Amino acid sequence: MPEPAPELGAEFAGPDENGHFGPYGGVFVGETLVRAVAELAEAYASLSAKPEFWREFDVDLADYVGRPSPLYLAERLSEAWGGARIWLKREDLNHTGAHKVNNTIGQALLAKHMGKTRLIAETGAGQHGVASATVAARMGLECHVYMGAEDIVRQAPNVYRMKLLGARVIAVESGSRTLKDAMNEALRDWATHVDDTYYIIGTVAGPHPYPRMVRDFQSVIGREARRQFLERTGVLPDALVACVGGGSNAIGLFHPFLGDSDVAMYGVEAAGRGLDTPDHAAPLCAGRPGVLHGNRTYLMVDEHGQILDTHSVSAGLDYPGVGPEHAWLKDLERVRYVGATDRETLEAFHQLTRLEGIIPALESSHALAWAGRLAAKMKSGQNLLVNLSGRGDKDIEAVARLEGADFGTA
Amino acid sequence: MSRIAPCAARAREQERGLLIPYLVAGDPDFATTLALMRELVARGADMIELGIPFSDPSSDGPVIQRGVERALAGGATLAGVLELARRFRDQDGRTPVILMGYLNPIEIMGYGEFTAGCARAGVDGVLVVDMPLAEAGDLPALLAGQGIDRIFLVSPTTAPCRAREIIEYTSGYLYYVSLKGVTGAALEDRESVAGNIAGLRKLTDLPIIIGFGIRDEETALAMNALGDGVIIGSALVEKIEALPPEATRHPEAIGEAAELIGRVRRALDHDGKRVS
Ligand SMILES: Cc1ncc(COP(=O)(O)O)c(C=O)c1O
Repeated sequence: MPEPAPELGAEFAGPDENGHFGPYGGVFVGETLVRAVAELAEAYASLSAKPEFWREFDVDLADYVGRPSPLYLAERLSEAWGGARIWLKREDLNHTGAHKVNNTIGQALLAKHMGKTRLIAETGAGQHGVASATVAARMGLECHVYMGAEDIVRQAPNVYRMKLLGARVIAVESGSRTLKDAMNEALRDWATHVDDTYYIIGTVAGPHPYPRMVRDFQSVIGREARRQFLERTGVLPDALVACVGGGSNAIGLFHPFLGDSDVAMYGVEAAGRGLDTPDHAAPLCAGRPGVLHGNRTYLMVDEHGQILDTHSVSAGLDYPGVGPEHAWLKDLERVRYVGATDRETLEAFHQLTRLEGIIPALESSHALAWAGRLAAKMKSGQNLLVNLSGRGDKDIEAVARLEGADFGTA
Repeated sequence: MSRIAPCAARAREQERGLLIPYLVAGDPDFATTLALMRELVARGADMIELGIPFSDPSSDGPVIQRGVERALAGGATLAGVLELARRFRDQDGRTPVILMGYLNPIEIMGYGEFTAGCARAGVDGVLVVDMPLAEAGDLPALLAGQGIDRIFLVSPTTAPCRAREIIEYTSGYLYYVSLKGVTGAALEDRESVAGNIAGLRKLTDLPIIIGFGIRDEETALAMNALGDGVIIGSALVEKIEALPPEATRHPEAIGEAAELIGRVRRALDHDGKRVS
């Protein structure tokens, strides 16, 4: 029998009913959206109190997504790194290739119960856009995906996948032409079509209830992993590692372990060209609190309050904010937030590919890069669990381009 | 003390609709904005709303987004906006100035410093687009302590019980958003505006000013007939977009841009409401 997770301390029990995690989170939206956000919070509160809702969710996750995702012991990688044993939670094996679909399945169910007929989403790497287009196709709903013009170039295969699935992909040319601008545009769309539209946010950011709701949907990762780990080893892992863009795969893994005080947790942000340069996307490591996209959280921001342009080799981490619960977990020092550079990330990408035959997403490769450093400092009997949040098929063209390789010749 | 209530009282006495242009402060530079503010007043603007540029204006349409991008490219900051307001106030002691913007620049400056800066600059009102009442913290109390009005938005999606609560905390005027959408969108459902304003009218004596989608004499007249005045934003920012480079050297071009407000002023004044 797996050990049930211990009760969570009050400090981890957030958010409160207004969506606050300590000083973070909340509902910072224009008046036109206040009612829509409140209706969503009510709908989620009422549906999530019903066991049938979670049964429907679980059935979809099992039969459509292919859960539970495996827990895999990466022996050759563990050997190469020396030190701790490396375990991978294989979210890359989910339908559509990343953890993102756990959330879109949940939110699509909610949209259906709320009677909304039009879905909109923002996307960076395109994984959330694909996962949204997928559930829309399955449910016969209209789907519009906002994507930064720069990301459209970086993640071309996913753009075409969305189109095949029947979604309309809208290139966002404003601001820095990446994920944050796509989110601005989605918020504008929502305000304009507020009556019939459901906005599927792809991470644990945005106004309440999104940070909580998306966390609840993604927590299936940590619940499964905890059970699988105990079944396989009889103990809990010594440390968890996950990459942090908005923070949904990380909170999904971490949350069910928060009460296990002996389990260390590391959230890995995109350090880009280095945390000592301006070219990164690491608000928790190098930012400060402010308000963006509906919540108060750590941001990459200049001294005048303007949001800074970010840089990361991976489009999915190229975001100047982070979910408010992570901001709170940082202040509580329950999770340590660290960075992996583009270069370290690419190295880890190749290592996993060559040693284990698994091509990871560039986002997930950030977690691997930090895990490699951590593992080497741990003892051989110790266990390190890494969230492999997605697969790298979408990235192979970009990697070839970055490394000057010839894509498409033998 | 805020100049808004006396200004609104004068207009009410003269049965004249309040005309409030909105422009992005520092678009494309502060000297141009200052020159425009003077021209707008000369052509009949009753008050001026100054937009605080923010990198992520998620409630604004493309026209104002571009205005913000020009202002930021020109180096505009919140401190610079306060300085602009102060310079305007040195020359014009009477016309109310309202700052409208997003919370983050104010949050990063600090509510205390921002409020003190507004008081020093002679700012009369503050409207923070993405700060609902419930998240306002001590900002309203700080502003009230300096006699600065707290302006909030009511939109077609605001429930009546919520409108009542918003009104309780609002001073100066109530800003009614005429449509579901972002700034610069087309005004379509005029009937719902009429109905909603009639509902609000029963709840408050505050001036109700209608904004979003008002872009010419016709839309201004239609909306002014429902409330106590109108705000014109995107249509004016479009004119500013068309200004020649180094616009301050071309006073006639600045006058031409501001003339949109002159035309609307004349239309409102000939609407039969004005007795004098
Ligand atoms: C595979 C993968 N991992 C991680 C992320 C980052 O998002 P989050 O931090 O919400 O998990 C993305 C986002 O696109 C992704 O595609």
